[in-house]
Parts: sequence; structure tokens; C-alpha cells
Amino acid sequence: MEALDLARWQFGVTTVYHFLFVPLTIGLGVFVAGLQTAWHRTGKEQYLRLTKFFGKIFLINFAMGVVTGIVQEFQFGMNWSEYSVFVGDVFGAPLALEALLAFFLESTFLGLWIFGWDKLPKRVHLATIWAAVIGSNLSAYFILAANAWMKHPVGYEVTGGPGGDRARMTDLWAVLTNSTALAQVPHVVAGAFVIAGTFVLAVCGYRVLKERRTADPDRTVPMRRGADLTVSMWRTPMRAALVMTALAGVVVAGSGDLSGKLLYEQQPMKLAAAEGLERDTAGAAFSPVPGVEVPMLLSFLATNDPNAVVRGIEDLQEEYTERFGPEDYRPNLPVVYLSFRVMIVFGMTAVGLSVLGLWLTRRRSSTSSDGHPAPRGRALRRRAAGPPREVPAWFARACLLALPLPFIAMIAGWLLSEIGRQPWTVQGELLTAASVSPGVSLTEVAVSLAVFTLLYGLLAVAEAVLIVRHVKAGPERAPSVPPASPTGTGGTGDGDRTAVMLQPTLMY
Amino acid sequence: MELTTFWFAVIAFLWTGFFVLEGFDFGVGMLAPALSRDEAERRQVLGTIGPVWDGNEVWLITAVGAMFAAFPAWYAGLLSEFYLPVVLVLAGLIMRGVGLEWRGKVHHASDRAWCDLGILAGSALPAFLWGAVFADLLRASAPAALAGGVFSLSVCLLHGAVFVALKTSGPVRARARRTAMIVSVVALPAGVVALSGIPSAGTAVAEGGASPWLWGCALAAMAFLAAAVALTWRGREGWAFTATASSIALTGAALFGALWPAPLPGLTVAEAASGPYTLGMLTWIGLIALPFVLGYQAWSYWVFRKRLVAEVS
Repeated sequence: MEALDLARWQFGVTTVYHFLFVPLTIGLGVFVAGLQTAWHRTGKEQYLRLTKFFGKIFLINFAMGVVTGIVQEFQFGMNWSEYSVFVGDVFGAPLALEALLAFFLESTFLGLWIFGWDKLPKRVHLATIWAAVIGSNLSAYFILAANAWMKHPVGYEVTGGPGGDRARMTDLWAVLTNSTALAQVPHVVAGAFVIAGTFVLAVCGYRVLKERRTADPDRTVPMRRGADLTVSMWRTPMRAALVMTALAGVVVAGSGDLSGKLLYEQQPMKLAAAEGLERDTAGAAFSPVPGVEVPMLLSFLATNDPNAVVRGIEDLQEEYTERFGPEDYRPNLPVVYLSFRVMIVFGMTAVGLSVLGLWLTRRRSSTSSDGHPAPRGRALRRRAAGPPREVPAWFARACLLALPLPFIAMIAGWLLSEIGRQPWTVQGELLTAASVSPGVSLTEVAVSLAVFTLLYGLLAVAEAVLIVRHVKAGPERAPSVPPASPTGTGGTGDGDRTAVMLQPTLMY
Repeated sequence: MELTTFWFAVIAFLWTGFFVLEGFDFGVGMLAPALSRDEAERRQVLGTIGPVWDGNEVWLITAVGAMFAAFPAWYAGLLSEFYLPVVLVLAGLIMRGVGLEWRGKVHHASDRAWCDLGILAGSALPAFLWGAVFADLLRASAPAALAGGVFSLSVCLLHGAVFVALKTSGPVRARARRTAMIVSVVALPAGVVALSGIPSAGTAVAEGGASPWLWGCALAAMAFLAAAVALTWRGREGWAFTATASSIALTGAALFGALWPAPLPGLTVAEAASGPYTLGMLTWIGLIALPFVLGYQAWSYWVFRKRLVAEVS
């Protein structure tokens, strides 16, 4: 066991852990901003309650994303000092820009949002959440651009010097518009929306089941003016999450296909490892699950040409040995092979569930609901649309069970992406073994790994408990009478719409 | 000014901004249990930093990110050299951030106590360790590191106490002023010891003696500390806060002045620097973005400018 091995474990553990929270921050932030926008535009009480309900979950989770992210930024210098010195000129720039352009925006405006409910005009307050979520998404872009450069370095040259070789940036624009980044950013960000969507579905699924069991008074929210129908307040967020997940799923698939084609050009070893292809093969087959082989599909997916030659692991190994010197250039094949399939199957299942849900919860046409023929004309027909279908109980349960799927898919995607990059930190330029900090001992890394693992483990349990309790408690009830004292805490709501004297329930 | 010099100054500015802003955050986090008698007062105390602490912390993230981009060897050397202290700083920042965000969202008083413990320990660790790390960097001795740590810890306490006095009303405000006076018993002597160590230890010393302006900064920092105590005594909280902030800013100036031109032993700024292309691009983007960042951060302080009262729940 060397310091290098533990440093790799530490980076892997802390990064995967960080990325359990980040997608939820990215996707749920937009979802909450959308709910608040809906409240702003319709004035409907239930949107405000939902904003606060999901907003609180968002904030519980946000804290974890932030604090685990700090570790990431420091870790390059702590454990990978040789890497940092070599790449800092190029790789450091997106990180600095991320902090300056994204993190300040995100943190400052989130503070304004949390504490500004009763201090800012309604419209300005709504703008603060949007500014914060723009910051979150912007940060994803910068860090993914930095990450893409490791796999497909562009816009730089390597120069020698007294301190050894350095990668020097020659074109910032090329770094920021790296083809790898342009495929990876939509893939990961849309993946984050799938995660957030599935999360909201699980929460709504739970609440729907609970209100069926307890005949929750949430159901007495009147649906339309004059209508005596009632509809669950969870239907709208559920539909919204279904749409979000399904649309994001399309983007994930499209950008994933693009990423595969880029692998063929830029990281053939990763592509070969993902399929376990030993030798250069024309018309290579693809096995979506082990045991099933679809002829020529891999060649087609990688190049749009079913007869194209896809490079094989052993042939690449020979070629790289010739180019870069003797070394094992094969990544951990079982991990890469397996994680590729887990990513696809689990991710697609989550997206498939959302498509199914959209169909199950579609509106009844008025003909089927009341027996009268639908009136002619688009606008008329829409107005006369029948009552919404109930969310089937089994589907609500399925949503709850599906929660882990996109998280596992996301983790698997990162394992494919980063373990598949080995043995390089910067493809073709710098080996992982040459990247580690020479002055940091095995003991030191063992201590830090233990500290982070312990702390992260405890906090993961705490966050899970906190979110589950919050979901079980449900949204705060809207008061039937306005609160007597506007400074009271407790049961809060929107007694006075115009003054927006909302109790800042999100406060500390 | 040459680009490497300029970027050294930018990084000094970012670190100093972090010390000034997060300094009172750390102080408030450490003092919250001492300044409050019940949950409403606790919320009042923590509410003073609630909307701004995360933005303040981004000054650190930006300082470190800018070091990575502009002086990779400095960034890598500092963080790998002080590996274990940095691990503890990170552990502290994790506990603190989570504690601050979660304490209003937990359901039991015992969980809230855990959050408070995280805020306390997570504020004390970085407040002490950053002082110790930079003092050790300058003087490479354990007593100096200890003095630096005690200094930065006690100044954060003073800065935080003065900030709470400025931002609250009622019993908490009076308690904060008393606490500031008590803390100053440690902060003032620690300030004299630690600050007088800076100019004489500077790497510039080797190349021809400490420059008078380093002494000027260090002495002025001491004077502002003393002034802060006197102003707190007289109940001039706004001016007292200005004085502690100025003292910390001048400490930052003296510190980074002393680190010039070799921020790490055997590594000069010129050797550590990125190429002129990277520095030039970052300069343009920074010059365009920074006014906006400073603007909206200042605005958020303006929005939350009112003194907080304890609200009974």
C-alpha cells in the first residue's frame, strides 16, 4: 500500500460523495425556483407551500454539496501537488472562474433568498432564487470543463523549465469550448435533473400514499373555480417532475451518444474497456447486458458506420507502449465494463418510469369522463378536459422504490469516466502515478481518509434522517385565519399576500 | 505593474477579504453559546451572520482557486506542506457549514445541540489553524505558530463580539460588548507578539532588511486593535467594527508583504507563476466580474443592515 493508492481512494470517495448532493442542488434548485415562479404568477397558496416544502429539502441538501465541494478544491493541491503544478496554468483557470463567477452568485443570492422573504419585494425575492440556481449551474459548467480537459487536453502547450515541464494555456476559449466539455456538460447537468426529478417523484409518491391512508385535508384544495372536484396538491409537482425527468432523459441520451462518439476519437482505450473489446474489430458488437450481443452496434454507436473499426484494448496497449514507453495503459476493466452498463440500465429505467408516469397521469378526455362528446375547437376542448386521473398507488410506490436508480447511474457514470481515464490524469500527458504529492506520507493520507470517511458517513446518515423526517412531516399547513402576530414563528403561511410578510421559516 | 506582482496582490486581497469577512463569522460561531441564554437569543446571534457567512466563505474558495490558477506551485506547495492542518480546517468548515444550515431544520433540541457544537468547533479550528499555518510559514517555529494561532483565534473572537454588538439589540448586545472587553485581554498581547513577528521574519528581510512599510502596517494593526477596544468601551460599535476590520486588513497586508517575493521557502513568485497568457485572461475577466461581485455582496449586507432582536417562538 502506497500513499498513491490511498490518495486515489480518497479522491474517489470524496468525489463520489460530493456528487450525491450536487445533482440534487442543481436540479432541485431549478425546481424550487419554478414552484416559486408558479406561486408568483398564479398567487395560489399551494405553490407557496410547495416552494417552502421543497425549498427546505433543497437547503438541507445544499449545505452538504457546499461543504464537500470545498474539500474538492483543496484536494488537488493537498494530494496531487505534482499534477497541480503541471496543469495549474490551464486547469486552475476554470476553477478560479468557477469561484468568482458562480460561487459568489450562488452563495450570496441564496443567503438573500433564505433570509429575504420579509425583506425584499416579492419580485426581487423571486429573482434571488433564480440568480442562485444560475450560479449552481454555471459552476457545473466550469468544473466539468476542467474535468473534460483532463480527458481531452486542448488549448495548451507543454514547455520545459527549471521546475520541470508545465502545461501552459494558449487558448482559454478552446479550453472552455472543448468538444468533450460540450458533450459532458449537458450529459451531467441533465443527469442531475433526472436525479432531482426522480427525487421529487419519490417525495410526491410518498405523500400521495400517505394522504390516501389518512385522508389528508390536503385533498380539499379546490381544483378549478366552481368545480366541486378535489385534487391532491401533489399532482402538480409530480407532473412537473415527470416532465422534467423525461425531457432531461432525452438530453442525457443524446449527449451520451455524442460522448460515446468522442470517446472513439479521443479516448479509444476507455471505449474499448467499456465494451471489453480485446482487439481492433470491424463491425464491433455491443452487449447491453452481459450475454446479449447486438452485432455491429458498437461500431455504429461510435461512428454511425456499422462496419467501422473500433480499437481493441491489446492493440492500443501495444501502440501506447511504443508511443509513451512501457506501462500498463489498461484501466480496471471489470469496473469500467460494469459501470457502463449500470449507468445505462439504471438511468434508462428512471427515465422510462417518468415516461410511463406521464401516460398514467394524463388528463382524461371529457368524452370518457362524462359521456358527452367533446366540443369542437382546440381551446374549447382544453377547457372541457375532464378531471385528472388519480395517480395509481402502485405507481406512487414504484416512484419511491426508484429513488436510488439515477443516483447509482450517476455514480456508475463517474466511475466509467474517471476509472476509464486511468492510468492517466491528463490523457497522453501525465500519469496518475506521477501526479501525487511526493511529500505527503502514507500515514497522513490514511489520517485524512479516515477523517473524511468518518465525517462523511455520519453526515450522510444525518442528512438522510433529516430529509426523511421533513418529508414525513409534510408541508406546513396554511393557516385558516391570519396569524395574530406577524412576528410569531410557529405555524406560518401567507396570511397577507400583498405585504409578503411571510414568516422566514427557512431561517436558522 | 507586472502581471505576477499584480496577481500576488490580488491573492493577498482575496485572503485578506476572507480574514476580514469570515473572521467575524468565525467569532460569532464561537461566541454564540456564550452570548445567548436561550434559543431565541441563540437564533438572534447566529442570525447576524446567517445570510452572509456562505458568501464570506467564498472569499476563501476564490483565494485558493486564484492561487491554483495564477501560482500553481504556491497553491500545491502550501496545501501539501501543511497537509494535516488543512485537513482539520476542512473538517472544521464542513461541521460549521452543516451546523449553520441544519440547526433551524432539525426537530429536536438535542440535534440542535449537535449543530451548535459543530458550529463552535468548526469555527474555532480554522480560526486558530489559519493563523498558525501562516505564522509557521513566516517563522518556521512552533512557538511562533502557536502565537499566530492564538492571535488569529482571539482576534476573530473580538471581531465577532464587536460585530454582534453592532448587529443586535437588547441583552445580547450588552453581553457582546462585555465579551469583547474580556477577549481583548488575550487579543491585545497576542497581537503585539504575533504582529511584531511579521516584519522581522519576512522573506524580504534576507534581501536587505524589513521594509519600513511592513513595520508601518504591523504597528497600525496593533493600534487599530487597541482603538477597537477603546471604542467598544465607549459604545461606538460601528467605529469599533471598522477598527477591528482595519486591523485585520492591515495584518493581511503585512503578512503578504512579508511573504513577497518568496511565498514558500525556496519558491519565488516568479517561479510559481502561470504564464502571461493565463494571467492576462484572468485579469480581464476578473476586472469585469469583480465590481459586480463586490456590488451584490455589498447589497446583501445593505438588505440585512438592521439590528436583530430576539424573537420568541
